[in-house]
Amino acid sequence: MIEVRGVSFTYPRGDRTILREVSLLLRPGAIVGLLGPNGCGKTTLLRLLSGTLTPNNGEVLLAGNPLSALTRRDIARRIAVVPQETHATFEFTVLDVVLMGRYPHLGPFELEGPADLEIAYRALAATGTGHLEARPFASLSGGEKQRVVIAGALAQTADVMLLDEPTASLDLAYQLEVAALLRDLNRTHGTTMVVCTHDLNMAASLCDEVVLLRDGGVLAHGPTADTITVESINATFGVAADVRFHAAAGHLAVVPIARTS
Amino acid sequence: MAVSFAAFGALALAAMLLAPLVGSTPISLSRVFDRSIPFADNVDAQIFFVARLPRVLAAALVGAALALAGVVFQALLRNPLASPDTLGVSAGAALGAVLAITFNADFTLLGVTAVPLASFAGSIGALIIVYGLSAARRRGTSTLVLLLAGVTLTSLLSAISAFVRYLADFTETIRTVRWLMGSLDVGAFTPIAVAIVPMGMAMMGFAMLPRVLDLISMGADAAAARGVDVARAERVALVSASLATGSAVALAGPIGFVGIVVPHLVRLLVGADHRVVLPASALFGASFLIACDLIARIVFVTEVPVGVVTALIGGPFFLWLLFRHA
Repeated sequence: MIEVRGVSFTYPRGDRTILREVSLLLRPGAIVGLLGPNGCGKTTLLRLLSGTLTPNNGEVLLAGNPLSALTRRDIARRIAVVPQETHATFEFTVLDVVLMGRYPHLGPFELEGPADLEIAYRALAATGTGHLEARPFASLSGGEKQRVVIAGALAQTADVMLLDEPTASLDLAYQLEVAALLRDLNRTHGTTMVVCTHDLNMAASLCDEVVLLRDGGVLAHGPTADTITVESINATFGVAADVRFHAAAGHLAVVPIARTS
Repeated sequence: MAVSFAAFGALALAAMLLAPLVGSTPISLSRVFDRSIPFADNVDAQIFFVARLPRVLAAALVGAALALAGVVFQALLRNPLASPDTLGVSAGAALGAVLAITFNADFTLLGVTAVPLASFAGSIGALIIVYGLSAARRRGTSTLVLLLAGVTLTSLLSAISAFVRYLADFTETIRTVRWLMGSLDVGAFTPIAVAIVPMGMAMMGFAMLPRVLDLISMGADAAAARGVDVARAERVALVSASLATGSAVALAGPIGFVGIVVPHLVRLLVGADHRVVLPASALFGASFLIACDLIARIVFVTEVPVGVVTALIGGPFFLWLLFRHA
């Protein structure tokens, strides 16, 4: 379980407080959406959750331990991160990239053993990328790359997965595919997921809970169906929107109509 | 993995044994290692061990060090065009040497003369500046900024070198020009023995890096999320690659191209995994520079600077490989 306790953050030499006094409790096994306008601090919050940034005030607790007291390896065994885009400088194969997820579980000079390979192959199978195993990562399409990076995060066998705009650079079909994959992984592995996104409809379809952020603070946090409302969208984004339940999709649908501020 | 190491190891060993056999006086390997002839009477052994082996060993060390530094800088900066020269360490070493030559510095330490000493000091000076820049990076500067700073530092140090050379008289200018072309003719084992100390320290740093470089090459944040202590890894990488470069340049002058062509060649052959690429590049870099130096010694009527040969051979070969794969 992750708890954010009174966290404030300003970038070094930055003149603006990105997050102020943020407190959150992330329920284990839930898919939580982080929503808010550009510059609201979503990505910064995600980086604080992964421990790549350290709060100026307050702390992030992982199962009761502050992240600042854990080593990077300890954190990586419990928390995996899927960035918006991944660029490989060199010609790694898909299997190479997935095996990198085993890094926090290996000793300094230890090579991956059969057990690690088995975990990597299971991650490839779970993300439907087994057939790509020997392909150079750089040669994949955007959707394939994202699935492979998710497989790498799975191979990390962490119980928390943080995803930064996982579908932002993907076309419609891949967006649906990645969202379905995440939901499936959440059900089968019980992985807690925190998803940063601009896509309200994706959040509505995928997330159990959403957190609405504005100007570095939490406006609302609750079950998706209760939290995404005409009023909360107006308060968060300054946009008038139509929000209604879409029977065919089985979740809320949000249609933005006009700016209000 | 094991097959790659065996192949590259065999290549390096063959190069080291065969290269000293070739030269103006032909000698035979069986006579060199014939224990029945005392060393004092064994002309072949004397030529092999005294006249030619130091030069071959210097080529092996310098080739390995430059290739390793190239691999590390490319991964660290996530830029395939990075080389041991990119962050200004070579330019610092060159400035040290140019100053020592121009002002006729005359001192020795542990049997090493002024020019290599000044050159090594210059590389350490440049390393300190680059290290300061990388400390700024940990406060939020990007790799791109570090790269730009390195290119700027190189230009700055080269300009100072040029200015010093402009002030120098004719003899010193010729000496400087010859030094800047690079030469593996170290003359004895002493400079090699001294260079092995910083190179050994660099090797210990490199030994900690292979897997970390794989992860860092995918992005610093991604590596941190996988459990890498990125700041520490960057420090180790920067210091060891700079030490390797600085001692290589101090030993043999700036020899271009090894640090860029060898890593890419090795990656084309064995893939991207640094646990293979790093040791294979060291072995192949050694073999490559021994071969280039051999060609520089024997193919032309007079001896050609080895840096010219590395570029003349490495360049077209690399282009051919690139376009064959593209």
